[in-house]
Amino acid sequence: MAEMAQNTDPAPLVLNGVEVALQGRVLLRQSLQVLPGQIVSVMGPSGAGKSTLLAAIVGALSPEFQLRGQVMLGGKDVTGLPTEARSIGMLFQDPLLFPHLNVAQNLAFGLARHWRGGARRHAIEAALADIGLAGFGPRDPATLSGGQKARVALMRTLLAAPRALLLDEPFSALDADLRAQMRDLVFGRARQARLPVLMVTHDPQDARAAGGPVVHLADPAAAAP
Amino acid sequence: MAAENSPNAARAAPRAMAARALRWLPATVMAALALPVFAGLLGTVAPAFGLMAVFGQAQPGWSVFAELLAWAGFWPALWLSLKVGLVATALSLLVVVGLVAIWQGSRSFRLFRHALAPLLAVPHAAVAFGLAFLIAPSGWLVRLLSPWATGWQRPPDLLIVQDPGGWALIAGLVVKEVPFLLLMVLAALGQSDASRALLMARSLGYARPVAWILAVFPHVYRQIRLPVLVVLAFSMTVVDVALILGPSTPPVLAVQITRWMNDPDLSLRMLGAAGAVLQLLLVGVAMVLWLLAERVLDRLGQCWAWAGHRGGPGPLAAGVVLLGAMAVLASVVLGLGVLALWSASGLWSFPNLWPDTMGWGQWHRHMPAALDSLWRSCGIAMAATAVALVLALACLEAEARFSMPMGAGVVWLLYLPLLVPQIAFLPGVQTLMLLAGVQGGVLAVTLAHILFVFPYVFLVLSAPYRAWDARLGVMGRALGAGPARVFWRLRLPMLLAPVLAAVAVGIAVSVGQYLPSLMIGGGRVSTLTTEAVALASGGDRRAIGVWALLQTALALAPFAVAVLLPGLWWRNRRGMRQG
Repeated sequence: MAEMAQNTDPAPLVLNGVEVALQGRVLLRQSLQVLPGQIVSVMGPSGAGKSTLLAAIVGALSPEFQLRGQVMLGGKDVTGLPTEARSIGMLFQDPLLFPHLNVAQNLAFGLARHWRGGARRHAIEAALADIGLAGFGPRDPATLSGGQKARVALMRTLLAAPRALLLDEPFSALDADLRAQMRDLVFGRARQARLPVLMVTHDPQDARAAGGPVVHLADPAAAAP
Repeated sequence: MAAENSPNAARAAPRAMAARALRWLPATVMAALALPVFAGLLGTVAPAFGLMAVFGQAQPGWSVFAELLAWAGFWPALWLSLKVGLVATALSLLVVVGLVAIWQGSRSFRLFRHALAPLLAVPHAAVAFGLAFLIAPSGWLVRLLSPWATGWQRPPDLLIVQDPGGWALIAGLVVKEVPFLLLMVLAALGQSDASRALLMARSLGYARPVAWILAVFPHVYRQIRLPVLVVLAFSMTVVDVALILGPSTPPVLAVQITRWMNDPDLSLRMLGAAGAVLQLLLVGVAMVLWLLAERVLDRLGQCWAWAGHRGGPGPLAAGVVLLGAMAVLASVVLGLGVLALWSASGLWSFPNLWPDTMGWGQWHRHMPAALDSLWRSCGIAMAATAVALVLALACLEAEARFSMPMGAGVVWLLYLPLLVPQIAFLPGVQTLMLLAGVQGGVLAVTLAHILFVFPYVFLVLSAPYRAWDARLGVMGRALGAGPARVFWRLRLPMLLAPVLAAVAVGIAVSVGQYLPSLMIGGGRVSTLTTEAVALASGGDRRAIGVWALLQTALALAPFAVAVLLPGLWWRNRRGMRQG
């Protein structure tokens, strides 16, 4: 894989008593540790707060929620940092490609600013070739197939050189065979880059393919502190 | 991304300051909007009670009001204003409700929807002139029917335009208000669960129009109540349309106040101030009457729903409503056409349908002066709209970034410059400016225009801004982009179409302003509208045609851009064109 996306300093993602409350009522309480290259699956029924947990980790929680506890990445407390400073990448169910930018511009959005001019162009082209979409740079993202969009979304996230990866049911919008391909791709790249990955899913096959520990989100009162 | 943290830290301090400033911006802007209105009200009202420090008179008391009551045209003007306001608003609302309840989904309705934006863009004065040239005794409609249907070889001696009953004025107001209210209703429908409620009512056996009125309209009306009140206040207090279509003796109260305010005899300003106080009270009374009527109709509607009458308006009523809507559309289109004909005509004798001779003589004659006013109107409109746009975007971004949703009270504050009659606070602003030693001029007029452009720009921009998919913002930030970068590179580019629409509305509103340009400019700033309305009393139809068309072109051009540019800009972005 191209050098720019390599995780130069593999670090674990640690949640220390992360607790999210709404109007005094505790919605979830979780502590866990994800080692570099490990994929932890978070499963639970709808409404148990899986997406809220991810939002809390990445720093995108709505202000009406109260957050307690710590999120640590590589020994550094990122809980107080804004989202853009945390170096935590996300993949949603919806690829969320920016519709007003072409594929290359989408990929370039997260690439560090110090890549300029020719080097930047070269990096984007190499990234596209890496996911089998060579020459797709000038394309309108709306013209891509579901699988192609998912690949571009993954590459976009990886190009931003994250130090951890959060997946919010990333494969549920894809059809069955595509799902297996994408699982291999995403998990393979994450392991290769030694990224700690936290995946929220309701599909047990995802958890099986991840091969890591499975955390069940249940009643916050019963969760281990 | 870790490497970016150090340059980020260096920029953190000024960034934090900018963020703090942004957080306070909405409150500051709202205060800045309300302040001139309240200060102006005070400045206008004070002379009414005998306090006119500027001219060294300080006899507090009711003497001025006594003088006002003694004016011969007092009660007729009062009654006329009330009647015009209430009837025009009620009629417009009736046409809009009828149109949506009966005809929504039909081809004619779709035609109306597409015509909405251009209809709204044509300035009030141009519409009024066009209507005047259509319905006047020597107007185009009479020529259409003469001499074969009416037997008239000369224009009949009827007072149609500027009739004492104010019906021509009411017609002119309805023509502009129907598209405005229709736009508001459609926006409200887009935000409500209308189709399901309608389906439910229809499945219970109610005809579609009745189902719409009983099941959907109450909810929609709650959303459009403020715009309806704006329309009511506007109809009662508009000056330029009243000068063109309304009676001259006695005129609508607002026109009389303007005359007193602009009179060289300064003591008449006190009379004007008393009139302004009265105008305010009158608007208040009209609003109270309207709200009472709401209650009555609400009760009637409930009785209707209780009794379970399922039958709807017959084909006659449906036809009348459609005719009314088409008349509105035709008035504007034909009116503009007649204006164009007059501007390019030489001799045009009655009862010919077409000018006897045509030529560009009128355009050559008026062009130098007209161009001068055109550039001035254009400059003021663009400057005012640019400032309003920046403020509106900043307020909306502050709201989004700091999660400070605007309460209902703030919406009223936003509507304040539109609800309070211009004639009631602009003279006060003018007086305060004189006291402060500020010369009336283009800059002052531009600032005054911002006051009226900002509410519209904000209203047009707010719904699309808030509806932007916030997950894209989260994704952008997870990719390392700060809030500023998310705004400039993601949100704003994706909102190109709404921004262009807001700019078009802002420019149209500014171009059509009459009183602000007249009063704040101290009579020295001639815009297309002030010049065109000044021609109204003259009767030179050819000159009026030239000026009114220029005014319309200036207001319509940005709309053409707003409609055409996004499709062009996003021609390679399918995801943007469907939005």
